[in-house]
Amino acid sequence: MKSTLRILAVTLLGLAGWQAVVTWGELPRFILPGPRLVFTTLWTSRALIAEHAVVTAIEVLLGLGLGAAAGFASAIALAASPLARSLLRPMLVFSQAIPVFALAPILTLWLGYGLWSKVAMALLIIYFPVTSAFFDALMRTPRGWLELAHVMNAMPGRILWRIRVPAAMPGFASGLRLAAVYAPIGAIIGEWVGASQGLGYLMLLANGRAKIDLMFAALIVLAVLTLVLHAAVDTACRRLWDG
Amino acid sequence: MSVAPALNMAGRATIDGTAIFGPLSFVAPAGEWTCLLGPSGVGKSTVLRLLAGLGDEVLFLGEASAGDGASLCGRVALMAQSDLLMPWLDLTANVTLGTRLRGQKTQQDRARQVLERVGLADHAGKRPNALSGGQRQRVALARTLMEDRPVVLLDEPFSSLDARSRALMQDLSAEVLAGRTVLHVTHDTAEAARLGHHVLLMTRRGITSVPPPDSPIPRRYDAPETLEFQGRLLRMLMEAE
Ligand SMILES: Nc1ncnc2c1ncn2[C@@H]1O[C@H](COP(=O)(O)OP(=O)(O)O)[C@@H](O)[C@H]1O
Ligand SMILES: [Mg+2]
Repeated sequence: MKSTLRILAVTLLGLAGWQAVVTWGELPRFILPGPRLVFTTLWTSRALIAEHAVVTAIEVLLGLGLGAAAGFASAIALAASPLARSLLRPMLVFSQAIPVFALAPILTLWLGYGLWSKVAMALLIIYFPVTSAFFDALMRTPRGWLELAHVMNAMPGRILWRIRVPAAMPGFASGLRLAAVYAPIGAIIGEWVGASQGLGYLMLLANGRAKIDLMFAALIVLAVLTLVLHAAVDTACRRLWDG
Repeated sequence: MSVAPALNMAGRATIDGTAIFGPLSFVAPAGEWTCLLGPSGVGKSTVLRLLAGLGDEVLFLGEASAGDGASLCGRVALMAQSDLLMPWLDLTANVTLGTRLRGQKTQQDRARQVLERVGLADHAGKRPNALSGGQRQRVALARTLMEDRPVVLLDEPFSSLDARSRALMQDLSAEVLAGRTVLHVTHDTAEAARLGHHVLLMTRRGITSVPPPDSPIPRRYDAPETLEFQGRLLRMLMEAE
């Protein structure tokens, strides 16, 4: 309750500051429209914005789901096998030297202008944070648990699945929380490079037609989408592994 | 449970060239409770870890073996200072951890029995976080009983408990572990005086056996002979340095 009030207060303060800049800075509305205009546009163009928001949301959710699954599987493979570690780890680090942004045109070329090039962008951008957060946690199982398992004559596979993986779930959860914030970035970049749908596409379109109020309205919806996604992932992780 | 063997240990240990403990040698007689008493840092935990087949980082020159000549592997249970309960498992699942790690069928009935034995049957479905420190150590004891191994190694399992819970845990452990070969590492003279059929004093110079009173264990904490023996152990510890 208290935190809801605080968020509300900060939001109102931000809006007031925004309005103040617009009013006293005497900025033309095609540079920075005021909050009133933006919210009016948000309301009048709600159908248009919602249509594009749904597309972006689907891309983000698919990217998040597939990226999380890929990160989960990779981290386990790395943790389970020294061979996989020695082969894959340098590749993983090298892949981080390539900015994912730079891959967007190539992905669009390969996967087309539709949904999948954006899903792939979201997936790629979250893959490394999820993998490395989970992998680090898998390699940091408390020694006492491993020794207990050893004295109990445990099978190695069972140590992995019954002790190391569950013990590392908080690490996986922190990877997922990061991913919830990164995945929309990936999808939007994908849309900027080439799309006919989605909030990123809508923002470019609005920009081209000097409809700055629509651009801001789309931006707000994107921010809200990201916040809701982060909150949902955070709540789910808490329920499952921390509580 | 198979017949409990004695434990023999003789040798010295180093880690990366640094001596951890000395040349030393001792026997923990079969089916009896032996306390290994000594100040922190003399290498007591290392002794236990070597007997448990752990300590890959330790270079041990000597022998750590069972009196019957058979391997100790699979005949040892370990209880450490930390209860090592898995927070994501309920008590029944924690107690039956060993069977599941070995891919055997879990025995729910026996899990219930051992939880009853340590007085926690009503909490079987709870997670460890819902318990007090004393209760958690009792779950660890139940898990040890569930393993049903003839040799039980205890590494200061009661040292983080308050005085009352500790005395209760000592009573309970002495009762349920009777008949097994117990090697109990402790730095607490009162604990050694209560529990040891045999008390081994470990200092930097090696190990000496100090004969305890004849009374059965667990000895009463306020009995004159227990207190007198406790005082003697402390004096020996003080004079050893
Ligand atoms: N993995 C290790 N690497 C280096 N030194 C260690 C290691 N484990 C223990 N030691 C050292 O060995 C000594 C004995 O340790 P330990 O067996 O835990 O003693 P105790 O249980 O009697 O307190 C300590 O001085 C400790 O610092
Ligand atoms: Mg120790």
